Amino acid sequence: MSMNTQGRPTRADGAALSDTPTFTGNKALQIEEALSFEIGDVARTGVDLAEPTGGAHRLGGLHRDSDIGLPGLTEPETMRHFVRLSQKNFAIDMGPFPLGSCTMKHNPRLNEKVARLPGFGDLHPLAPQSAVQGALELIDRLAFWLKELTGMPAVAMSPKAGAHGELCGMMAIKSALDARGEGSKRTRVLAPESAHGTNPATAVQCGFTVEPIPADSTGRVDLGALKEKLSDDIAGIMVTNPNTCGLFERDIRAIADAVHEAGGYFYCDGANFNAIAGKVRPGDLGIDAMHINLHKTFSTPHGGGGPGSGPTVLSDALAPFAPVPYVVHENGVFHLVETRRAAKAETSGADSMGRLTAFHGQMGMFVRALAYMMSHGVDGVRQAAEDAVLNANYVLARLKTEMTPAFDGFCMHEALFDDRFLEGTGVETIDFAKAMIDEGYHPMTMYFPLVVHGAMLIEPTESESKRELDLFCNALLSLAKRAKAGEVEPFKAAPIYAPRRRLDETAAARNPVLKWRPEAQAAE
Amino acid sequence: MRYLPLNDADRTAMLAAIGAAKIDDLFEDVPADSLNATFDLPDHLGEMEVERALGAMAAKNRAAGEGPFFIGCGAYAHHVPATVDHIIQRSEFLTSYTPYQPEIAQGTLQYLFEFQTQVAALTGMDVANASMYDGSTGCAEAALMARRVTKRKKVILSGALHPQYAAVTRTNLELHNDNVIQAPINTGAAEDLASMIDDETSCVIVQNPDVFGNIRDLTPIAEAAHAKGALLVAVVTETVSLGAIKSPGEMGADIVVGEGQSIGNGLNYGGPYVGLFATRQKYIRQMPGRLCGETTDAEGKRGFVLTLSTREQHIRRDKATSNICTNSGLCTLAFTVHMTLLGEAGLRRLAMLNHDIAGKAADALGAVTGVEIVNKSYFNEFTLRLPKNASAVVDTLAKEGVLAGVPGGRLWPDDPAAENLLIVAATERVTEGDIETFALKLREAL
Repeated sequence: MSMNTQGRPTRADGAALSDTPTFTGNKALQIEEALSFEIGDVARTGVDLAEPTGGAHRLGGLHRDSDIGLPGLTEPETMRHFVRLSQKNFAIDMGPFPLGSCTMKHNPRLNEKVARLPGFGDLHPLAPQSAVQGALELIDRLAFWLKELTGMPAVAMSPKAGAHGELCGMMAIKSALDARGEGSKRTRVLAPESAHGTNPATAVQCGFTVEPIPADSTGRVDLGALKEKLSDDIAGIMVTNPNTCGLFERDIRAIADAVHEAGGYFYCDGANFNAIAGKVRPGDLGIDAMHINLHKTFSTPHGGGGPGSGPTVLSDALAPFAPVPYVVHENGVFHLVETRRAAKAETSGADSMGRLTAFHGQMGMFVRALAYMMSHGVDGVRQAAEDAVLNANYVLARLKTEMTPAFDGFCMHEALFDDRFLEGTGVETIDFAKAMIDEGYHPMTMYFPLVVHGAMLIEPTESESKRELDLFCNALLSLAKRAKAGEVEPFKAAPIYAPRRRLDETAAARNPVLKWRPEAQAAE
Repeated sequence: MRYLPLNDADRTAMLAAIGAAKIDDLFEDVPADSLNATFDLPDHLGEMEVERALGAMAAKNRAAGEGPFFIGCGAYAHHVPATVDHIIQRSEFLTSYTPYQPEIAQGTLQYLFEFQTQVAALTGMDVANASMYDGSTGCAEAALMARRVTKRKKVILSGALHPQYAAVTRTNLELHNDNVIQAPINTGAAEDLASMIDDETSCVIVQNPDVFGNIRDLTPIAEAAHAKGALLVAVVTETVSLGAIKSPGEMGADIVVGEGQSIGNGLNYGGPYVGLFATRQKYIRQMPGRLCGETTDAEGKRGFVLTLSTREQHIRRDKATSNICTNSGLCTLAFTVHMTLLGEAGLRRLAMLNHDIAGKAADALGAVTGVEIVNKSYFNEFTLRLPKNASAVVDTLAKEGVLAGVPGGRLWPDDPAAENLLIVAATERVTEGDIETFALKLREAL
């Protein structure tokens, strides 16, 4: 009462429930926001710049005379526009974000701070090498951590994201096969049906054909079926470990041996390396290449869909074909090997696969990842993996009373459920996921992996406390009970309290509207 | 460990609830002899110690802001307004995921829609996607897309395309044994690419302004390509230039790829950056990468979703147009915020300011005895021909505190024709004092 300076204490009992729409369409803190194109105009600007005086006479007669069509906003308008937009997003800083296979863990702000030091953030990629020794040292140091944690002899740092790292690894395999004179003969790649979509897409982008490896009844690679598919035209296999069912491939060494015996290579998708980092070195298991998503395992922010970073570790057999550029350390000085010719001299004659990107990779992500690693230390990296696995198993144990785990036994860092517990309720996986939104949670990964009906893949990560996990499990158990009790409607209507109700994705694809157009044009 | 909420009491209680005696029981599927490997790595550190160690590494680098700075060639030192960095560090943007649940990701989706609209307008194209990793990988993706559209396997690369973009494109197309023809290095903007185009050609890739800074009229090469059923891919590495010179769309390009770093994003030693990718309406189903589209929700309210996903790897797998998944979300936001602050008026002014400053730099450097300006036209970057090896000159000037530009030997180490070339960029961050110092030190070094 003392807080009410108007002298009129508010009372809760007068607030009759009402769903009368507001005049503005706003709902208190949820404020509708138009597109910047509908707010601003082309004369308005939020920057103060000096008046240009020189004219356009050196533009070769190609001055842009036509209207561009870019409205501007002043600084306060810009700030308000984007802050309002931000408030329509869910984020890991707001609550559990248990997207399986995506690894939404805490993003330390120290990492943001150090990445913005001028010596990193304001550093040009083509500055003379004498002016970038600290950057090369950082890349070299991060490479050391990655090689040590994976037990692999080499790492390509330039891949820009996980899928780019897959491309790097598969290109290294192609290069190695070419060097053996078997490039045109070995064209088949095998990948489990549970694989991320990037695996088959990458294999095809490399010019391979791709075939599925069947899973066994425990959710793992069927070793017998795999062996039957191996022959002298096999280039390699792509296997995620721990796999996308959240399970460790317990036959991994036998898988590696079989592929090597057939003359192929083993690409390991490292998207789930966070489950075993600091516990197990993939290099001890017989792999030839593996990308590491710095934006998953080492917590560089996902940023609404990137940027990522996908350094790729390589075995002795594949290392000579690594992409340029890379850092070499000699007599206390770091230098860059930037061309195929220079790499050839460096590797006594092997042909580098070439260049995957301009410049040197995602340096801004390297700084953040190294800050994460140094902060955790190897003891903290190991503890993080253990806690991630513990949290997932705790969720599995608590939820299995009402929900149906896809497979028996413990899981690794993520718990996979199918939709058997919803059978006959009329509620489907998507309805269950959308109902989680109303309860204040980001849904788990749904309908992936494809090998499980109505899949729900929950990855809590090590960043959740036991209290958060208990609240989360209580909410899911309550939803499961309500679905089984026949309360279908709230599920079908969900989400009710989000900034938007369910969106019509079919209409969006049928008649794609991919940019804003002035009303007159849009009506045409 | 400050980042881990569980304590030992929690862990014990949770193991009991799970029915495991110890943590390693959960790792029972791992081959026993590989579990709990040992590592030659240090233990955890406090925030202060980490900051100190990384600060020491940063201090060994020379930041662009430390003195006269003239390096460009695909990455440009522009001023980024403080507002941009504040907005991209908001938790709701920084710590969210790809907007697969659109009802609680409208913030991300709406700015992607605004970004696509901005990029389409800037490039003069019908549609743009929600970003690629960077300009160079976007360039390779454009060549792959042209291959899908035309079903042809020959690509022609201009002799003034950034050599690292050319290398990335070559690396990707060689996987399919395609014929990649690299035109010889050309500093003059008047290369004859038209005669190289034939009925097998899928696309011609031309940069504008080109890597030497020349501004090119793309219209003739677009016409020549179209006459043979080939596409013109235009590459823009300096997005600010689109505020001053005709857009590739106006000059007939079929696909425009760009490096968006100049708008809202720092130099970051080469990444993360943001690839722009735009094309004509008729090719949208062949585009790589994510697309955001408008739709309505169950109450009829406007909203946004990721759309045309049947092109993408998570739906289409081995039939996808590209393997790209994660793109440059947060860099896209930085671009969108900065472009919103600029608006058309601000962008045009920024562009002409860059052009003014580059003109002053060219006049001062061109007046140094023995130095020849190669360009007839330029935007904010131009090329000097020095009387001696430019790499040595750059090293000398770096010792004097001047970062003078990119020597030809760095980009074309195997081509003697490039040895004496120095590519110089001047943005709005360059002062007249910087230009004077550069000219003085260059005179001394020659």
